[in-house]
Amino acid sequence: MAGGLPPRGSTRSRLPDRPVFFDALTFQLGYNATLVTLGATLLGVAAGVTGTFLFFRERALVSDAISHATLPGVALAFIVMLALGFDGRSLPGLLLGSAVTAAMGLFFVHWLSARTRLTEDAAIGAVLSVFFGFGIVLLTVIQTMSAGRQAGLESFLLGSTAGMLYADAVLIAGGGAAALLLVLIFRRPMTITSFDREFARASGIDLDRTDLIMMGLVMAVTVIGLKIVGLILIVALLIIPPVAARFWSDRADHVVLIAGVVGGISGWAGAAMSASAPNLPTGPIIVLAAFALFAASMLLAPGRGLIVAGLNYRKFQKRHPYPTGTCVIGARPPDL
Amino acid sequence: MTANLQIATPDAKATEALRASPFAIRGLTVSYDQNPAVFSVDATFEPGKMTAIIGPNGAGKSTLLKAALGILKPLSGQITVFGKPMPDEMHRIAYVPQRASVDWDFPVRVIDVVLMGLYRKVGLLGRFSGEDRRRAEQCLERVGMVDFATRQIGQLSGGQQQRVFLARALAQDADLYLLDEPFAGVDAATEKAIITVLKSLKSEGRTVVSVHHDLATVPEYFDNVLMMNVRKVSEGPVATAFTDAALQAAYGGRLATARIDPVAAAG
Repeated sequence: MAGGLPPRGSTRSRLPDRPVFFDALTFQLGYNATLVTLGATLLGVAAGVTGTFLFFRERALVSDAISHATLPGVALAFIVMLALGFDGRSLPGLLLGSAVTAAMGLFFVHWLSARTRLTEDAAIGAVLSVFFGFGIVLLTVIQTMSAGRQAGLESFLLGSTAGMLYADAVLIAGGGAAALLLVLIFRRPMTITSFDREFARASGIDLDRTDLIMMGLVMAVTVIGLKIVGLILIVALLIIPPVAARFWSDRADHVVLIAGVVGGISGWAGAAMSASAPNLPTGPIIVLAAFALFAASMLLAPGRGLIVAGLNYRKFQKRHPYPTGTCVIGARPPDL
Repeated sequence: MTANLQIATPDAKATEALRASPFAIRGLTVSYDQNPAVFSVDATFEPGKMTAIIGPNGAGKSTLLKAALGILKPLSGQITVFGKPMPDEMHRIAYVPQRASVDWDFPVRVIDVVLMGLYRKVGLLGRFSGEDRRRAEQCLERVGMVDFATRQIGQLSGGQQQRVFLARALAQDADLYLLDEPFAGVDAATEKAIITVLKSLKSEGRTVVSVHHDLATVPEYFDNVLMMNVRKVSEGPVATAFTDAALQAAYGGRLATARIDPVAAAG
C-alpha cells in the first residue's frame, strides 16, 4: 500500500495486493458480476431450502428428470418466439417454455410409476433420457436456422452468466424469493408428509396437494436456475446443500436453514470465483464450492462427521481391547 | 351368525346406534387387486370401551383401519365418526400407525415427533408456544420417555419408538384412538407401559380401537372384540364374541386349541 495517502476505506479502486476474488465476493467487480453474484446467492438459498424437502421425501433424483426435461422446452420456446416475430432469446419466454416441458416430464414420471409396474427410478431414467435427447435434436435443428447460430441456447446446459441482464437477475431473485415464501408456509405439512405419510393423512394433510406443491417448488427453482447453473448441474445445487446440512443437525427445521446457508454460500463464493478469472464457467464452479462445503461437513461435523466417528471408534477399542467374539476365561470383563 | 342378525335389525334401531357410536363402519369393502382384503364389513364400536380387532394375518385388519381413516380408498362403504361422515370429524381421531411406515433416518427428535401431534391445533402458519412444548413433554412423561426428548428417533429401540408414537397420539387429545398393532415386537415393560396408558384413556371416557395379535391377552386388555377374516366373524363383548367357535371360524384349523383353552376358561 502507498504510504498512508488515502485514508483507510475511502478508496474503491483495486489495490494490487487485494485479489480479484475478494472484490468479487464484496460485490466490487462491476455491474454484471455483482448482478450474477447476487442472483447466484439467492438461487443457492432457494435451491438449498427447496432441495431439503426433496431430500426428506427421498425423491432427489426426480429433480434430475425435471431439469433434463426443461431442454426441449427451451428450444421449442425459442422456435415459437422466433416464428411469432419476437426476440428468441428473451429469458422469460425461454423459462416459460422450459417450465411447460418440465411439468410434462414430471407428469410422465408420476404416471409411469403410478399406473404401470415400473418403479420410480426406472421412470426417471426413461423420462430423463428421452426428453434430453429430444432437446438435443431440437438444438441441432436450431443450429441450422439463420437466426439460430447466435442463440447461444447451449449455454443452458451448463449455465452462462455472460451478458446477464438486470431484468434476468430480477426474474431469478423474484422467483427464488417466491419459492422461499412458499416453503415457509408449507414447511410443516411437507415435513410431516416426508416423515410419516400415514400419520400425515390421518392428520388431515392432503398428501397429493403437498407433493404437488413440493414438486412445483422444485420445478420453479430448476427453471430459474437454468440461466446461472444450467440444467445438467442444477440437481447438484438442490441435493448437495441438504446432504451437507444433514451432518450438522438432527432437527428438520435446522437442516432446512443450514441447507439454505450452504446453498447461499456456494452460489455466492462460486459466482465470485468464476467472475474473478476469465473463462471460468459459473455453474460448475458453484457446484464445486457446494462440494467443498459438503466435504468439510462430512469430515468435521460433530456427532455425524467422519473424524468424530473415527475418534469415538478408537476410544471404544481402547476401552474394549479384546477382538469381537473373544471370550477370556477367568478374566473380569472391562467396565462398560 | 351375529353378523347376519345385525344387518337384519330394523333401520331405526341401527341408525340410533350409529349416532351414539364414536366409530361405525357400514358395508366397507376394500380391494388391492382382484381379491377383496375387506369384504362388506359392518361394525359399531362402543363409546368409552377398548375394542380389539383380531384375525389371522392377511385378514384385512390394518386395511380396515387405513380405509376408515381415508389412507386407502375403499371400493364401497360408509364410515361415521361420532355420527358424522369421517372427514368432518377427523380432528377427533388419533392414529398410531405400524412402526414400519416411518422413515427412521429422518432428522427429527423425539420431542419433534410428539409436537407433530399438535399440528392440527397450531395450523399451517402458527408457532409452537411454550405451553405446547410443555404439553408434549407431559405426553412423553405419560409413556415414560421424557428423558429421551432430544434423541433422534432412529436411535431408540423398537419399544421406545412405539411409546413415542403413542405420546404423539396423546398430544392430539382425541376422543377416538385407533392403533395398528401397538404391541408388535415390543418387550414386556413397553407392553405394560402402553396398556396402562390405553386404560387411562378409557377411564377418561375415550374410545380405543386397536388391531391386536396376541389372543392370550385379549380378555385381560380389552372389553370388546371385532373378529374378522376379510368378512366379519363376530363382534361384541369379549364374553360373547371371543368364543371358541368364532376363533375356529376366523382362524380355521390353524389355531391350536391349547392356545384357546385359557381364554375359554377366562370367558
